[in-house]
Parts: sequence; C-alpha cells; structure tokens
Amino acid sequence: MRLLVNKIFLALSIFSALIGLAFLAWILITLFLKGLSSFHFSLFLNDLVDGGLRNLIIGQFILAGLASAIGIPLGMAAGIYIQEYGQGRYAAAIRDLSDIMMSAPSIVIGAFVYAIIVVPMGGTSGYAGAVALAIMMIPVVINTTDSMLSLVPRELREAGIALGASKYKVIIDIVIKAAKVGIMTGILLAFARIIGETAPLLFTSETSNYFSLDLTESFPSLTVSIYDLANEPEESSRDLAWAASFILTVLVLIINLSGRFITRNKK
Amino acid sequence: MEKIFQKLSFSSASLVFVILLGIFITLFVAAKPAIDTFGLGFITNPDWNKEVTLETPTTTSEVEVIEEDVSDDDDAMIADEDDMMLEDEDDMMLDDEDDETLTKTIYGGLVPIVGTLLTTIIALAFALPIAMGIAVFLAEIAPKNISNIVGIAIELLAAIPSIIFGMWGLYYFAPIVSDLFGGYQVSLLTAGLVLGVMILPFMAAITRDSMNTTPNVLKESAYALGATKFEVIKDIIFPYSKVGIIGSIILALGRALGETMAVAFLIGSIFVLPQKITDPTISIPVAMANNFGEASGLGESALFYLALILFVISFAIISLAKFYFLKKAK
Repeated sequence: MRLLVNKIFLALSIFSALIGLAFLAWILITLFLKGLSSFHFSLFLNDLVDGGLRNLIIGQFILAGLASAIGIPLGMAAGIYIQEYGQGRYAAAIRDLSDIMMSAPSIVIGAFVYAIIVVPMGGTSGYAGAVALAIMMIPVVINTTDSMLSLVPRELREAGIALGASKYKVIIDIVIKAAKVGIMTGILLAFARIIGETAPLLFTSETSNYFSLDLTESFPSLTVSIYDLANEPEESSRDLAWAASFILTVLVLIINLSGRFITRNKK
Repeated sequence: MEKIFQKLSFSSASLVFVILLGIFITLFVAAKPAIDTFGLGFITNPDWNKEVTLETPTTTSEVEVIEEDVSDDDDAMIADEDDMMLEDEDDMMLDDEDDETLTKTIYGGLVPIVGTLLTTIIALAFALPIAMGIAVFLAEIAPKNISNIVGIAIELLAAIPSIIFGMWGLYYFAPIVSDLFGGYQVSLLTAGLVLGVMILPFMAAITRDSMNTTPNVLKESAYALGATKFEVIKDIIFPYSKVGIIGSIILALGRALGETMAVAFLIGSIFVLPQKITDPTISIPVAMANNFGEASGLGESALFYLALILFVISFAIISLAKFYFLKKAK
C-alpha cells in the first residue's frame, strides 16, 4: 500500500512536469508555425504603415535601451549602497522595498508615469515609456547587484584596503570586477524582461505606425503594436501580430539563454 | 571622490523609497476626485458607466450591447446619442465627447475588483497542484541532468512575454476550454487558466528552491528508516520548507493580481458581474489598459482609484510574503 501510494505520487509529479513542458512546447510550436508562416524578411525593411515591423523593433530596442541606461547605473549604485555602505536598518529596509517594487503591478507603474510625465508633458512620449521600463528594471538590477556582491569574499576587500586603496576604488576595481559576470547575467535577464513588457507602455509611450527617433512623441513599440494588431478584425493584421510575437519571443529567449550561458561558462 | 561616490549610491538607494512613496502619493492624488465623490462605496458599487465605446481586445460584439444596458435610465438618452455620434468620429473626438457627459456618470469598482480576485483564485487553484508537482519532480525525483534541463525549460516558460500568453490563450487555448466547459471563449475561466499557466513556472521555481534547502541529513535519516520517497517528501521536506512554499504561493498570487496583458485578451472586458465561471467580465489591470487612453476627468480619476486599490492590495500581499513567510524561511 505504501509503495502504491508512493508510485502514484511519483507518477503525478512526473505528470505535472510533463504538463508544464507541454504548455511550453504548445506555445512555442504555435508561435513558430503561425509566426513563420507570416514571417518575411521584408518585415525588417518596412515600417508598420507599409505592413512591416522595422520601426517597431527599433523603437522597442530604443525604449528598452534607454530604460537600461537609466536603470542599470541607478540600480547598481543602489545595490552597492545596500551591500557595501549601508549598515543596519536603512539598507535592510531599502532591500525589502526593492523586492516589493519588483512585484508591483506593471500597469500601476504605467499609471504612475502617466500621472507624473505624460500629463505634465501633454502627451505620450518615448521618454515616458523609457522611464516606466526603467522603474521596472531598477529593483531587478538592485537585487542582482546586491546578491552578487554578497558573494565576493571579504578578504578581497580587505586586501584592497590594506594596500591603501580608498573604499570606492576597492568597490569599483575589485569588488565589481569580481562580481562582473553575475551582474551581467542579471542585467541581461532584466533586459529580457523589460523588452517584452507591454502594460507599462500602453499609456506612456503608446505606439506609432511610423519610424521615429523623436522621443518627445508617441514612440513605436513592438509589444503595444502586437496588442493593437491582434485585436483588429483583419486576418492580415493578426498575421502580422503573430510574426511580431514570434520575433519578440525569439529575441527574449535568445537574450535570456545567452545570460544563462555566460554564467554556465564561468562555472 | 569617495564622498561623492558614497552620496551617489546612497541617493540611488533612497530612490527606491522615493519611487514607492511617489507611486502611492501620485495615485492617491489622482484618485482624490473619485475618492471624494464615491467614497468607500466605490468598492461595492457594481455600476461602471461609460459612454465611450471601449477599444475592446476581443471580437465579442456583446460589449457594446451590454454597455448600453448598464447605463442608468437618466443617462440612457445621452449614452445612445453619444454612441451614435462616436461611431462616425475618430479617436481625436472621443476626448471632447467625454467631458460633456462625465459629470452625470457613476463609477463603481465592484466588477473589476471581483474579476481580479476571481481570476487570481482560478489561476492559483489551477497552478498550485501542478507547480508543486513540478517542484517535487525537479528537487527530488529527476536525475540531476534531467532536472537541470527541465528546470531551464520551465524558466523559459516564465520568460515568455505575457502578451504572447494572451494571444496564444485567445486563439488556441480558449476554444478548447470553451468546448470542454461551455460558455464564451472569453471568460473568467479562460483568463484564470491562462493566468495559471503564466504563474506556474514562477511558483514552481521558488518552491523548488525552498525544497532544496532541506538538509540532506534529514532526508537520508528518513530513507534509512525505510521511508518511501512520498513519505520523505510529505513528512520531511514539506514540513521543513512549508513557510517558504507558502511564501512562494503568495508571491505568485501578487503577480497574478497585477497581470494585465494575458488577461486583457481573455477576460472579455465588459463591466458586468459574472453569474457563472464561464461569463466574461473585467479585472482592474484590464479596465485600466482598455480605458485609460480615452478616459478623462472623473472617469480617469476612478481608474486611478482602481489602480490605488490594486497597488495597496498587492503591496500588502507581497509584504506579507516577504516579511512573514520568506523571512522565516531563511
């Protein structure tokens, strides 16, 4: 009897792992079939007005890139503070708050940026979108920096200080260098996360059918356009949405996997 | 230089605090008109009147019909006129039309609040057993190399953007669910299930991590006493990692509450209380996603009110998980 219960339990557990894998396979296969059938290289050459995706892909990268330019330095600096400078309650509180911020609903962050940037500026803009994504990114970077720096052995820091280096020199030249790979991985994963975000962009950057580098106006976004296209009744729009989803997913998975690959090599 | 660097890192850290506080204050200020007008009754009021035709994500044609039904009798005339006019006009005109009628409109948050809670409950009910199974498989059953590969696959599932889950759910998953359970393809049930698939990998990963913290000595002693794998998991690993597992469930819950895109495709986006599990309705994030662009005045403020409610709920839930359960687990 005990052995039977054991068998059933193990079977159920393996079965649930199979369910998880089945969902992954189902989604990926759907994406590949639907995406590839409407995929064409001219998608990369034309803008959305002409039935292509060029402006959207570039726009999404610019938004995520700008968000990284804001979010990575701030997040790393905050992570360094928590791990290297902060002592006692304040640093611990910031760490907890950053964890909470990481789980804050992305649409609420969109609404926040809408209220503080879009309304005063009088309209949606690329800047607003980038800020919303940066707010999503900061806590992830903080978390990575914090935990990676905590892995750096104390002796390294002491050796640096014993040689007469000032604390910030030790942090920049020794501690960060030692934790570089881990932090890079975390940043790549954070980037993969924000580049696939839709909700915070819906009413901050919106999207645009035209190629644009002007960050003060509505800015082309791949994810927001997928949402718009998928809701249009025409078959052609939906096909385009599938092609765009396919490209987006491939991008996200490549960035994600390469992040993991870096760590793997290091080990 | 040293001082500057320290100051910089200190201010960056404080930024987290400032942003969180900023979100709370901003939402509160923006929601103030709605809070003043509707008070706490907002939470229990099921009427959400809106003359503007929503940009609904689905192909459902019920949306417009039901929206008119919802309109109060006093507003019915205006609403009808408005709808007729709007059909001919483009987006630019929507805002202008909005302002005239908004003063006569009542907003209540009950429907999106109920929709949010119900989809989350369905998602949890669906994801919980499967996630536990996966976690057990990864932590205890599978050989190391298989566990690694499956683990990465599950984490990739977590990396897929939520909008993809939405599209896949709408076009491939929902038809199957509605065949099995009847009802509309866009409904609480399909939205909840797709949400469940989304939080599944997240939940499994954290649960696996807390299971892995069980000391090997404990497990080995139990095996040595002749316990089966099931008994070891039930009597040793579960009690040991219980707090961590509960924490992971609550974190997944927080994530499910705030999820927008996957649900937006599938919930139907109508402000009607669902009678059955297969009825379409709306959730807070979806209400915001679909109506924010067109809303102004009191309507916009009511959406901020919803956002504030969502933020407070998820803040409370995540704090509970972080401070109570996950702290203990460490």
